[in-house]
Amino acid sequence: MEGDIAEMGKFIGAGISALGMGLAALGVGNVAGNFLAGALRNPSAAAGQTATLFIGIAFAEALGIFSFLVALLLMFAV
Amino acid sequence: MATDASTGTGLVFDPMAQFLVKPLFGGDVINWYTPTNVTLWMALAILGISAMLVLGTSRRAIIPSRSQSIGELAYGFVYKMVEDVTGKDGLKYFPYIMTLFMFVLFSNFLGLVPMAFTTTSHIAVTGVLAFAVFLAVTILGFVKNGPAFLGMFWVTSAPLALRPILALIEVISYFVRPVSHSIRLAGNMTAGHAVVKVFATFAGLVALSPLAILGVVAMYGLEILVSFIQAYVFTILTCVYLKDALHPHH
Repeated sequence: MEGDIAEMGKFIGAGISALGMGLAALGVGNVAGNFLAGALRNPSAAAGQTATLFIGIAFAEALGIFSFLVALLLMFAV
Repeated sequence: MATDASTGTGLVFDPMAQFLVKPLFGGDVINWYTPTNVTLWMALAILGISAMLVLGTSRRAIIPSRSQSIGELAYGFVYKMVEDVTGKDGLKYFPYIMTLFMFVLFSNFLGLVPMAFTTTSHIAVTGVLAFAVFLAVTILGFVKNGPAFLGMFWVTSAPLALRPILALIEVISYFVRPVSHSIRLAGNMTAGHAVVKVFATFAGLVALSPLAILGVVAMYGLEILVSFIQAYVFTILTCVYLKDALHPHH
């Protein structure tokens, strides 16, 4: 056994923050799935809403990126 | 993690080593005037944009050549995006948004060239871009609307009791904008390029090398898509913020 307990906590914390990736995937999938469900009901209105789709995906994804940032901070900055 | 990278035979695979800022002509000291790999790849992005937009369209042919049609396509794409999101009065700010889009797009794509440096993977770069947008939009909002711009935080459609809480949330989300705007781009670029490198690490093990090739090809394809989408998202969010400044009352 080498290293101290703070080092171990860093690795565990970085690993736990990877859970945020899966949760962001839920969010992005929710946005895209609902868009597709709506688009198949009314295909003529779908083309005008792609910008909204990407904005929604970007907002959902940003929070997943934040968890990646937390992992990076734990590994390199703390 | 950066120090104990797995070392193959002669090849060093460290997924994060590609993001190190190094002086171009040797040495370790980096001053503000030192040419680094960041400077090189930013300059290449500018050269690429100039070549596509200035040289490509210089002949002004009725029947466009390949480079001219790509230039016209990019122009029309951004023009339509600005018009759709901000409306006619946002078109005055189209040159700035076009500049942002082309710079981010070319930086993202040039970062995909093997051995290249991704300038947009650094928060120092995207942070400046995002804070410039944030400052410009805030100043523009106050110049165009005066103190009425603050009405954006006071949601009149909500019940009176809820309005102070909503105002607090709106103010916080307004100031988080430049942070999420810059980290989204930098995080996506860093994560994607590191994943390509992680798959490349498997090439050091003979049994896993087919997986390495498949993984690198698949992730590279995904990264081309992500590079474009992130440039698009960065630009369209700039348009949304600009719309908020021009029409704070929706």
